[in-house]
Amino acid sequence: MSETALKSGRVTGVNGNLVAVAFDTSVIQNEVAFIQIASGARLKSEVIRVRGTVADLQVFEATNGIKVGDPVEFTGELLSVELGPGLLTQVFDGLQNPLPRLADESLFLKRGTYIYPLDDKKEWDYTPTAKVGDEVFAGDSVGWVPEGIFQHKIMVPFGWLGMWRITWTIGAGKYNIRTTVAKAVNDSGEEREIKMVQAWPVRRPISAYREKLLPVEPMITQVRSIDTFFPVAKGGTFCTPGPFGAGKTVLQHALSQRSEADVVIVAAVGERAGEVVEILQEFPVLEDPRTGRKLIDRTIIICNTSSMPVASRESSIYTSATLAEYYRQMGLNVLLLADSTSRWAQALREESGRLEEIPGEEAFPAYLESLVASFYERAGLVKLNDGNRGSITICGAVSPAGGNFEEPVTQATLKVVGAFLALSRDRANARRYPSIHPLDSWSKYKSTVKAELVANARRILRSGNEIEQMMKVIGEEGTPNSDFVTYLKSEFLDAVYLQQDTFDKVDSACTAERQAYVFAKLNAILTKEFNFEEKGEARSYFAALRQIFIDWNYSAWKSQQFADNEAKLDAKLAEC
Amino acid sequence: MRKIYHRIIQISGNVITLEAEGVANGELAEVRSGDLSSLAQVIRLDGTRVSLQVFAGARGISTDAEVRFLGRQMQVAATTDLLGRIFTGNGAPRDGGPALTDNMTEIGGPSVNPACRIIPRKMIRTGIPMIDIFNTLVESQKLPIFSIPGEPYNQLLARIAMQAEVDVIVLGGMGLKYDDYLYFKNTLDEQGALSRTVMFVHTAADPTVECTLVPDMALATAEYFAVQEHKRVLCLLTDMTNFADSLKEIAITMEQIPSNRGYPGDLYSQLASRYEKAVQFRGENAGSITILAVTTMPGDDVTHPVPDNTGYITEGQFYLSGGRIEPFGSLSRLKQNVNKDTREDHRTLMDTMIRLYAQYKDTLEKQSMGFRMSAWDNKLLKYGEMFEKGMMDLAVNIPLEEALDRGWKILSECFEPAETGVKSAMIEKFWPKSNQ
Repeated sequence: MSETALKSGRVTGVNGNLVAVAFDTSVIQNEVAFIQIASGARLKSEVIRVRGTVADLQVFEATNGIKVGDPVEFTGELLSVELGPGLLTQVFDGLQNPLPRLADESLFLKRGTYIYPLDDKKEWDYTPTAKVGDEVFAGDSVGWVPEGIFQHKIMVPFGWLGMWRITWTIGAGKYNIRTTVAKAVNDSGEEREIKMVQAWPVRRPISAYREKLLPVEPMITQVRSIDTFFPVAKGGTFCTPGPFGAGKTVLQHALSQRSEADVVIVAAVGERAGEVVEILQEFPVLEDPRTGRKLIDRTIIICNTSSMPVASRESSIYTSATLAEYYRQMGLNVLLLADSTSRWAQALREESGRLEEIPGEEAFPAYLESLVASFYERAGLVKLNDGNRGSITICGAVSPAGGNFEEPVTQATLKVVGAFLALSRDRANARRYPSIHPLDSWSKYKSTVKAELVANARRILRSGNEIEQMMKVIGEEGTPNSDFVTYLKSEFLDAVYLQQDTFDKVDSACTAERQAYVFAKLNAILTKEFNFEEKGEARSYFAALRQIFIDWNYSAWKSQQFADNEAKLDAKLAEC
Repeated sequence: MRKIYHRIIQISGNVITLEAEGVANGELAEVRSGDLSSLAQVIRLDGTRVSLQVFAGARGISTDAEVRFLGRQMQVAATTDLLGRIFTGNGAPRDGGPALTDNMTEIGGPSVNPACRIIPRKMIRTGIPMIDIFNTLVESQKLPIFSIPGEPYNQLLARIAMQAEVDVIVLGGMGLKYDDYLYFKNTLDEQGALSRTVMFVHTAADPTVECTLVPDMALATAEYFAVQEHKRVLCLLTDMTNFADSLKEIAITMEQIPSNRGYPGDLYSQLASRYEKAVQFRGENAGSITILAVTTMPGDDVTHPVPDNTGYITEGQFYLSGGRIEPFGSLSRLKQNVNKDTREDHRTLMDTMIRLYAQYKDTLEKQSMGFRMSAWDNKLLKYGEMFEKGMMDLAVNIPLEEALDRGWKILSECFEPAETGVKSAMIEKFWPKSNQ
């Protein structure tokens, strides 16, 4: 921080959470300021527009009690998050305040209370890796500390330009995050210190890597209909739009628990507090089958629920993206789940309305699309300076008004994502979960199952659907037996493969290996010719087959029960 | 002595603007003009120009009206004296009793830290089988009743209030017809529940601005009882669509850019900040707030902005249609937290009866299209009729256990055990013996 006195200003107007401030000398766009109100509270805010000598600030708190003339302090720093060891397992609000520690002070979120996000007393076991004389660039690691199962790398601050030469390093030992662990000098002789913690402005993507690569390797979610039909790649983007009650949140929870990512960042953006409470209380006890540790050990939760201030809801999406980028820089695969990006877009709309900007469609700001695009562009697979790879996969839930996908947020999202998982109210009403619509959804990434098998399954789903529509008009009697069997096959495929029980321990976790194995069996059934005398016989045969297949799904992989059920299935197939 | 201002420079809708200094955002003021007197609240500051929303409406306000700032925000008296009392939207007594001034607390306070919440696990019994069995109400749940205008939603609300085992009832009426207000008052009185009830009532004839205050007044009161007095509070709000319409009216007057069908862009946040007051606190005797809110759907359209935004906020909904709670549109997102601990047959019976009722609906459709009815179809038709009469009819008022027994009785009178697809172990234990 500079030695000069902080710049200041005075409030000249208040409109909702937008405050106009007359400033003395200069301000920086997006810098953080504090408004001092009569009750003593200091309200955090951010400069979002400057006109003449008046800056418009969005306030991250309720603005009741602000008076014209109240003093304002400008900090000269952009809205930033603190990056360092100890982020995992934490629960933050949109401004990176740790919620559990705020809870020690009050049941309620009292405005003007800000707590340092990391524990700066805790000592970490530091191992230096850089030596005096090494040439380093922004993002290069100089040492590491163990954080859970990861080597948490301590990196040269991402904002440092050009090449730096290490002039001093600390020895291995236990230090807190404020400790200087190395010093470096650049060509012009400027010496700087590297600490375990660094700050980064949230609205700027971290770009201290060598190059961005094409995401190809699938990220297994263990949800069959995603991995097989609508796959997601490590470093890819996907969205899950759906009306209320379609199971968006349940799907997001399933993804947060079972996806094969190293680090999961759950961003609850403007949604129900109750849903976050479930994560908060369950993740510390649920086991992560991949590591044997608790799920919370690989998770960061950003929680800015619907009743918390709108401006911090807007920034929470950037906070979570920045934390994801930080862990990506260590060569990890990060999954960022944002539920829901529509609430973020609504926050933008509220702000834009107060700024009296000319509105776009449905009063969303005209720049909505570019903001949505730049958020999803923070995903990606990158090659880091040390040659390792790290990735961020982003999944955005979208809550379209009235469940209508034509609305601006869904459309802006569809332009930039690599996979679209359309959640359908009809499927949810019919209790067909997950309610990912098999005909409306799409993905541009590569499946874990052979492409031609998936194409065949898809063809059966499509013709099954057509036949079903037809049957509604002409009745079962008028439908040829062969068509009827195709319809039964498509229903069968839906029941035993697309539908999956999220609440069952075995069925909910379907590995890539198991999917390939089960799908091969399924494909054999789908391609088999059946000759039934009458429709009733066909129906009951498929009902029986379905029952066995579902039992098979519920049997643990490669267990005795698994083998038994498979044998039963084979026997049933041999009957026809 | 606070300064009195006399020069109003603009009157537009219910908003007046004047020049004043040292005024805080959200501060209250008293406006007097001739015989008129009303409270007003600061909603915008621009240099020395102060815009106020006049609660009683700006009609009859003269440009030289007296405006006196009170130096405080909107408040409610947080005291047990509230019980049994009836107030207007701005907190003035409506029942002729004395005004309350003790322990004044600001309304619209900050939200509860999510880290202080717990997963709710206590059922609220209502005696209505469609709720108790099929969409169980859970303490601290926020649940709207989606209804077409004309449905008996206020009667349903009053009945749940009477029968629910809660300590305190807070009723917030918005745009209530005067008859409905009297209905609530009389029903609560007859049942002897008035003494544990606080009412904030805005009738359709009252000024619009007061309507927007009702939920905050009601919820601040509920919060006081839940936090300070450790009470289990049931907050009833009717009708939230009127609240949203008042917001719309004010937003348009303030020349805000409308988003969807004229509603302001922050409708979701406005609704959410109220509904999210529903909470279960941690601790043995901790209090809770449960919110039941009527949302009438203009034109029975669930995609209308008010029910649509509400659905994204609340934990399910009761869908009232044709004088009954519809089993398909209705949903309680929290029911699985409690219905595993009620009686072992609860979930099985719930799933089975709904599945069969869905089949009945299909059969009904087939029947209306003139297809021939099979023996199975006839069984379903008998079942559907019995289900609607014995379970769905709102006149049915029986405890959960009795309702479950009745469910088995209906099943046994219509079907063979195997036809229901219920696990054999359950059949043995619960299927009525005489019909086995």
